[in-house]
Amino acid sequence: MLIFEQSKSGRYAPAQSPLDKADLSSLPEQFRRKRSAALPEVSEMQAVRHYTRLSRKNFSIDTQFYPLGSCTMKYNPRACNSLASLPGLVSRHPEAPESHSQGFMACMYELQEMLREVTGMKAVSLSPAAGAQGEFAGVAMIRAYHEARGDSARCEILAPDAAHGTNPATAVMCGYKVREIPTGPDGDVDLEALKAVVGPQTAGIMLTNPSTLGVFDRKIEAIAKTVHEAGGLLYYDGANLNAILGKVRPGTMGFDVIHMNLHKTFSTPHGGGGPGAGPVGVSERLVPYLPVPMVTRDGDHYRWLTEQDCPESIGRLTAFAGNAGVLLRAYVYARMLGREGMPRVAEFSTLNANYMLKQLQSIGFQAAYPQRRATHEFIITLKKQARELGVNTMDFAKRLLDYGFHAPTTYFPLLVPECLLIEPTETEDKATLDGFIDAMGRILEEAKEDPEMVKGAPYTLPVKRLDDVKAARELDLAWRPGSN
Amino acid sequence: MSNVPNDLKYAKSHEWVRDEEDGTVFVGITEHAQELLGDLVFVELPEVGDTVDAGSECAVVESVKAASDVYSPVSGEVIAINEALADAPETVNQDAFGDGWLFQVKLSAPAELDDLLDADAYSEVMESEEH
Repeated sequence: MLIFEQSKSGRYAPAQSPLDKADLSSLPEQFRRKRSAALPEVSEMQAVRHYTRLSRKNFSIDTQFYPLGSCTMKYNPRACNSLASLPGLVSRHPEAPESHSQGFMACMYELQEMLREVTGMKAVSLSPAAGAQGEFAGVAMIRAYHEARGDSARCEILAPDAAHGTNPATAVMCGYKVREIPTGPDGDVDLEALKAVVGPQTAGIMLTNPSTLGVFDRKIEAIAKTVHEAGGLLYYDGANLNAILGKVRPGTMGFDVIHMNLHKTFSTPHGGGGPGAGPVGVSERLVPYLPVPMVTRDGDHYRWLTEQDCPESIGRLTAFAGNAGVLLRAYVYARMLGREGMPRVAEFSTLNANYMLKQLQSIGFQAAYPQRRATHEFIITLKKQARELGVNTMDFAKRLLDYGFHAPTTYFPLLVPECLLIEPTETEDKATLDGFIDAMGRILEEAKEDPEMVKGAPYTLPVKRLDDVKAARELDLAWRPGSN
Repeated sequence: MSNVPNDLKYAKSHEWVRDEEDGTVFVGITEHAQELLGDLVFVELPEVGDTVDAGSECAVVESVKAASDVYSPVSGEVIAINEALADAPETVNQDAFGDGWLFQVKLSAPAELDDLLDADAYSEVMESEEH
């Protein structure tokens, strides 16, 4: 039941109401509401019960194993949150002068430096507020670089067919045509196909390495050489940075620009649309184009770098660092890990993934790339089960919910039919991984003995199997008075 | 194994072409393609009058699992689109080779039809993807 449906005229919740009505006399008439907002009128107790009830329905990393491939749903240490919530940080006004913000700015400066170091880039800007914005900033910088050189014939961005959908979308947003590069049967980019299409029209290539197929592209140096020799630049999608953190650096692989999802790799809460943080790092030749603001240090004093300092910058992406809390949590997380801790993230996330892959293979599941070692995530394909038992990937995913596990990513990447993309992350222990493997084995038995039961799952959740086709065909997104 | 009618031509990317032998063809996606996609919830078609090139993206089919580009197997001008799909995308699931057609093209390079696959060759493509 929605909070709106509980509304009764005249009820109100003192604890959640503003103390006084704001004085609006200075607000011009045309900006004022003609009618009051259609807010629900409920008592304090109703509001508390409503949201407590909703929170108990939450299936989250704080309650369950959440091996959602490509999303890096790792545990968020509470220390990050408590330190990011220190009063001096929480209460800082976004327009407070530099002299009042030295502590916050020192954190941001050090975060820039740590990210620069761990990715092997020349400089980092924290400005993009999410992964998609980081991608946009990255490709906008590639564009600015070519334009500054008068190299305006470069109209194409290359992307492998395994890429996240955001990559081609970003290229189009930045005015490029997208050309898809096929993936070979071993999961690596098809180098010969790449060589056949690079040329004076190539602005760059967008790559995720390790890729969405859960394998590390072993030919990355040859790919970098091919694209660079054609005059293009290399963009690194940081979606899978968790697998290589502290082990190998995108800068060393030859990338010119990278975005990082701090809300994944640097363990700040994410899901549900944000806020995230998508800092960008660049090689030497893209430094002038980094988005502002950034923080620099003059002696003991930290100050903002703005358009005046960086006239060739692609500009600002947001008015304020509204995601300051995410950046601070990531800073604390990086400080807690330190130089010794970062490689352990990569080691244990890949160890966990490879352990799960081998165990699942041993009980009858088929790996999509059995000849390859997994990175921090891996793909199994249930096409055999779908064909022989009539129980498909979605049925397995729904049944996992009954066993208390969040489902892995389903039907992505699109290249692999009936796939589950599984990412355990480094924060889970062996017992949890074994519990998941055991549940998968049991579901496989159930699929053989009673396929109809599996196809009807879940049975233990607040909502049963939803008709997602009907939901998509008959969209019903907004509540209106009298609509139910 | 899905149905693959002998009187149609096919593209590797799972579109079919029906030659009307008047310089126009109908284009749709194969039964195999709709099976892979699952229940369609939305179909985005080109506009009548658009020019399409063989091998270029010109439509999108969206299911609950994925949104997929449809590539035109032939070059020419779009002279009709299947407007009924706007309200009933499930027609593609029910009758991929018939009422589920997507658009009709007036050919600008009829020789391209010879480059397309026949039913046997397309069946081999489906089989090789199985393994």
